[in-house]
Amino acid sequence: MIPRHLLIGVAALLLLVVSMGIYLRHMRRQAGQFESSAADALPVTPPASGPTETVTLYVADDAAGALRPRAAQIPLPGGRQQRAEELLRALLRIYQQPGALHPLAPAADIRSIYLVDPGAAVIDLNAAFADQHRSGILSEQLTVNSLVETLALNVPGVNRVNILVEGKTRETLAGHADLTESFDVITVEQAGNQ
Amino acid sequence: MRWSNKNSAQYPVPSFQRKAGCWVLSTGYWVLLATVTLLSAAPAAEEKHISVYSPVAIYTLPVLDRSGREYVGLLELLEPLGRVSSQSEGQRWKLRYNAVDAEFVAGKTRAKIHGRNFDFAAPFLIENSRGLVPLASLNALLPRFLGTSANFHESARRLFVGDGGIQISFQLDASNPSRLALNFSAPVNPTISTEPGKLRMAFKRDPVVSPGSQPISFANKVITQASYSEDNGDAELDIAANEPLMANFSNDRRTIVVSAVPPATPPGIGGTQNPAAAPPAATIASGNSHRVLAVVDPAHGGDERGAALTDQLVEKDVTLGFARLLRHELETRGFAVTLLRDGDTSLTLDQRAAAANVARAGIYISLHAVSQGSGARVYTALLPVEGTNKGAFHAWNAAQAPALPVSRIVSAAIVAEMQKSEFPVHASSASLRPLNDVFMPAVAVELAPGEDGIADLTSANYQQRAASAIADAIVSVRDRLGAQQ
Ligand SMILES: [Zn+2]
Repeated sequence: MIPRHLLIGVAALLLLVVSMGIYLRHMRRQAGQFESSAADALPVTPPASGPTETVTLYVADDAAGALRPRAAQIPLPGGRQQRAEELLRALLRIYQQPGALHPLAPAADIRSIYLVDPGAAVIDLNAAFADQHRSGILSEQLTVNSLVETLALNVPGVNRVNILVEGKTRETLAGHADLTESFDVITVEQAGNQ
Repeated sequence: MRWSNKNSAQYPVPSFQRKAGCWVLSTGYWVLLATVTLLSAAPAAEEKHISVYSPVAIYTLPVLDRSGREYVGLLELLEPLGRVSSQSEGQRWKLRYNAVDAEFVAGKTRAKIHGRNFDFAAPFLIENSRGLVPLASLNALLPRFLGTSANFHESARRLFVGDGGIQISFQLDASNPSRLALNFSAPVNPTISTEPGKLRMAFKRDPVVSPGSQPISFANKVITQASYSEDNGDAELDIAANEPLMANFSNDRRTIVVSAVPPATPPGIGGTQNPAAAPPAATIASGNSHRVLAVVDPAHGGDERGAALTDQLVEKDVTLGFARLLRHELETRGFAVTLLRDGDTSLTLDQRAAAANVARAGIYISLHAVSQGSGARVYTALLPVEGTNKGAFHAWNAAQAPALPVSRIVSAAIVAEMQKSEFPVHASSASLRPLNDVFMPAVAVELAPGEDGIADLTSANYQQRAASAIADAIVSVRDRLGAQQ
């Protein structure tokens, strides 16, 4: 049995935690009035000079085990392919910020993206992206889903995506997510909505 | 609430609010930490238990400290062994076990059992109508009820009822590589872990008994010593060595062969337990053709270590220990079980799929472990939507597609059972081989730490809870599994 004085002590501490939580929530709500309206549309990095466009990135959240849509500004480039690359680099920068909800290695990068008609895209990652990726089914699948959904939902006409590492097919991203086959966009979206 | 990525310079928060927020946050943190510490410290101090080994049941019971003595509930102790009932009247407590009547008085050391006096080493106690007896008297007390001998290892709190106990003998083969065979008089199911210079076998539910009072030394360069110890209801056997060791089960889990980890071999070539080379049909050929065969696949192995869970702990070792527990849980529920590896062996994903397909298993379960997150995740294969974009692109996934609906039923059953035992759990899909390549219902379970953090991943209790929930789930859908064959 847990001694009575310990129970009383724990109950008192819990009460204190709850009441401080309520107070904190109140404080945040007041502070939030300054922030919340604009926060979700904050640019990921200061936009480059010149025209920009607002896009929706699908950002992985490890704790929730899900993707969250997030608005971002990217430079408005000339071609479809360049736009796809800017898009995924903007996504990558979110994952490389300190305290990211789904951290990726600072050296991780997208080498290039090829848009192959009809309907296929090939994402070529650098070696550091895969070599330094955390190993685990959830973490790897979230990375894949985030890349595939962000690309497919912003680049019209992409319905399947292949992922290469340094221009070559690799068996898995970091021991789990299978990279030997292409990802079907509809399947990935439906899996994300489960 | 999201705290990161707020640009406070651009959207300033009044400074007094930020300071107050910080104060509340940091104080809250310390209070919470203190609460958690208190809560976790309190039960940790009372985890004393007694293990009881009898031919009819093996179980553990909590041990209570009263006035410097250790006590156990007598009704709870006898209940698994026979018909028992009790009655409490004020200071008197009556108990009937099969045909033996007994009467006890709270605070007294003298009791009456089957008409004869019995003297306890410390007073009998009544708490909430439960009769408590001192552990120190169990050796004398139990034969009065059971009619058989009882052998209580008091310092380790292990109680052996009737004759029995599993004997251990050692057999060293000093040829290269050195191998130490541990022969047990009955099948055993220890949790095996390694640390530098040592391989440890923890026997939580096996009535193994000491092979001698002194550690056994071997005149061998690699394997140097075996030492046995027992404490708080559990027994442990440590094998000391100068090289990293691995253990393999054989002889229907009556033999464990301990040997040095061999130098790395290319996948698919080395490994005496390559299931692709020798289809594991032995388990189903045991005379019961109606038993469903479960193929349990401890993911990774050999050179392919899986995730580095800590500096010392790699995923392939956790998945193997977890797989052995799951095998035990499934076997006790009437399944035939094949582990795709029962040692530190390399297997390719194709070999794993082939082994499951050749064995015509009713269910395939792949086990993984991860250091992030909490609880468990259950995965089914991520396959393209029916009717979209078929053709050469998706021909590969034909194997799992027909079984996928049942795989999802299995996954949902595992989630339901784990939730019943308050295990945080989620289900999702993953492009994870070899789930895509097997014909039968297939799931992968990724085990993450629980409340005790990363230590849970090697905790027998934690793994046991997960394994038992998975096994219960598979039993609940057993009828759906045979149809695939
Ligand atoms: Zn794994």
